[in-house]
Amino acid sequence: MLSIKNLCAKIGDNQILNGIDLEVKPGEVHAIMGPNGSGKSTLASVLAGREEFEVTAGSVEFLGKNLLELSPDERAREGIFMAFQYPVEIPGVSTINFMKTAVNQVRSHRGLPPLDAVSFLGLMKEKMQLVEIDQSLLNRSLNEGFSGGEKKRNEIFQLAMLDPRLAILDETDSGLDIDALRIVADGVNKLKTKDKSIIVVTHYQRLLEYIIPDFVHVLYKGKIVKSGGKELAVELEAKGYDWVKDSVAA
Amino acid sequence: MSKDIIEEFTSKEYEHGWTTNIEMDSAPKGLNEDIIRFISAKKNEPDWLLEWRLKAYRQWTRMKEPTWPNVTYPPIDYQDIIYYAAPKQKAKPENLEDVDPELLKTFEKLGISLVEQKRLTGVAVDAVMDSVSVATTFKETLAELGIIFCSFSEAVQKHPDLVRKYMGSVVPAGDNYFAALNSAVFTDGSFCYIPKGVRCPMELSTYFRINAANTGQFERTLIVADEGAYVSYLEGCTAPMRDENQLHAAVVEIYAMKNAQVKYSTVQNWYPGDKDGKGGIYNFVTKRGLCAGDHSKISWTQVETGSAITWKYPSCILKGDYSSGEFYSVAVTNNYQQADTGTKMIHIGKGTRSRIVSKGISAGYSQNSYRGQVHVLRRAEDARNFSQCDSLLMGDKCGAHTFPYIDVDNNTARIEHEATTSKIGEDQIFYCQQRGIDEESAVALIVNGYAREVLKQLPMEFAVEAQKLLALTLEGSVG
Repeated sequence: MLSIKNLCAKIGDNQILNGIDLEVKPGEVHAIMGPNGSGKSTLASVLAGREEFEVTAGSVEFLGKNLLELSPDERAREGIFMAFQYPVEIPGVSTINFMKTAVNQVRSHRGLPPLDAVSFLGLMKEKMQLVEIDQSLLNRSLNEGFSGGEKKRNEIFQLAMLDPRLAILDETDSGLDIDALRIVADGVNKLKTKDKSIIVVTHYQRLLEYIIPDFVHVLYKGKIVKSGGKELAVELEAKGYDWVKDSVAA
Repeated sequence: MSKDIIEEFTSKEYEHGWTTNIEMDSAPKGLNEDIIRFISAKKNEPDWLLEWRLKAYRQWTRMKEPTWPNVTYPPIDYQDIIYYAAPKQKAKPENLEDVDPELLKTFEKLGISLVEQKRLTGVAVDAVMDSVSVATTFKETLAELGIIFCSFSEAVQKHPDLVRKYMGSVVPAGDNYFAALNSAVFTDGSFCYIPKGVRCPMELSTYFRINAANTGQFERTLIVADEGAYVSYLEGCTAPMRDENQLHAAVVEIYAMKNAQVKYSTVQNWYPGDKDGKGGIYNFVTKRGLCAGDHSKISWTQVETGSAITWKYPSCILKGDYSSGEFYSVAVTNNYQQADTGTKMIHIGKGTRSRIVSKGISAGYSQNSYRGQVHVLRRAEDARNFSQCDSLLMGDKCGAHTFPYIDVDNNTARIEHEATTSKIGEDQIFYCQQRGIDEESAVALIVNGYAREVLKQLPMEFAVEAQKLLALTLEGSVG
């Protein structure tokens, strides 16, 4: 589904990614872990198409298409979704209105007619239950005055609404208490199917107790320095990132 | 033919010896007392109105064009304007296929109905006949309630007492340079009177006033709401308006008696000039409402997207005790447009309230200024004002300016003023794009969200069109 080869990227003069190789197959859950500044969030942003990052080498193929040639909105319509670490506020635009615009643009890309008001409301009710989000929140301006937990839950709600092929969760666990974490993880797990893939970017192992990864990759200085199964996350938690740094240095 | 006459007269010196010929279709270029006599005679006006015009003209000649607005334009030659020309009968297109396809594309984007498209382009078919018959039905309903809604000229002939009593009572003839000019030379406009206790059952729109077209560059509107009356009035339309006259100086007066409520909504989309700032309308308007009676209320809502230069300050004089005024505005400028707009809230009566919500959006090389005054006079016990002035910038070549003036002469007043300036965020656009929304739609979404508080004041149908208009005005201004 996703094939990343020797991906290098920089911001300004700062080289951040130094040759990432990653294969993600349908149905797989990959966790990207690493210490602060290792390039985890940059990888997520480059995949989503954020313009400040300049890709200097390598290739990314998504469902047979050259992802790097597509604009951010085209990537989203092809089926890439990113749950933001810091969701943006848009005053005066309700989540409902925002989602209506997004869902219908994605549908039109897939050759489907726009949803009428009744079907849209139906879809929304269904997904609201899935992530245990209250409608009053969705009537408010997008993310404006939301708590950290509400923002993250809103991200997962949008994920559910847009039904992507690949979901990238960028530090979704940051700023969440344990109850919110469980609700968010439950939502993600309910959305998992055998043809959908998930990349979980996280600093801590905590989230991976709820969203069980098939593979864990450790990123350090813009490279994947270690890969393994879910037990790698546990080992990291026990030994700390210094263990990885030392083993790279050795 | 009229062209020959113009040439004949412009090539000839007309000092004091010039005599008016009422048979002519147009006045020669220029402005003097004889021209005003000519206009007044053409319109068969009573003597008092001619005197009123002449007085205004004499005041105007002693006045100076204001230089305080934050706009620049080459000097206007007031002697190079034709102040009266009988409406020309243009050849009407047979059907929509004969109309400029660019214009039709814009209509489509705005979601303007076919019937409306035909009306706006002057297509002569039965669809237009339909709208005329709708208008006639509306007129009958209004007449039954005693509501007068007609052209200004008609009102002068049929309701001279009302016109004489209220014209100039809110905007005196010599109020300001452009109002004085308008008072001297106005050719037509709208008149509306809602009798005591009557709630006008429909939105009054110039759309439903037959012969509304060709009201010209010096338009005059007078709305009088008697005790306890209510009316919602719509001016303008979202369709792009082109006009050969560059200078527009209109006057709108609203008079609200005890317990009366008037809601006045405008969507202005005059030709703004081309991408390089060539051409475009100068829109110098004086709009003012007088809350004469206790507990009366006047509310202005405006969406300004057009004109090369906009100079207007719809204001409220809160004279009656416990009267209230509102001003909701979205002003968008793009390319080389300039807007200096805002409001004045003059608190005279006790317990008067005012609310100002202004949302400026600047893009391209444009300059957008908010200028507002809140004045609480000595007698105005317990006056309240809330003002919010927000500016949104798109790109880094445009400018947003805020000039608030607050004068308080009574220490029981409570005045709140909030102002923000923000740039449309790359982050916001990226967030939308990541959800599959293309860049243009993302900008439209963000801008409409920003302006929502004002847009929701508009009547439903108007609001939908205004939303599309905002998106259209800003098309291509990002990236």
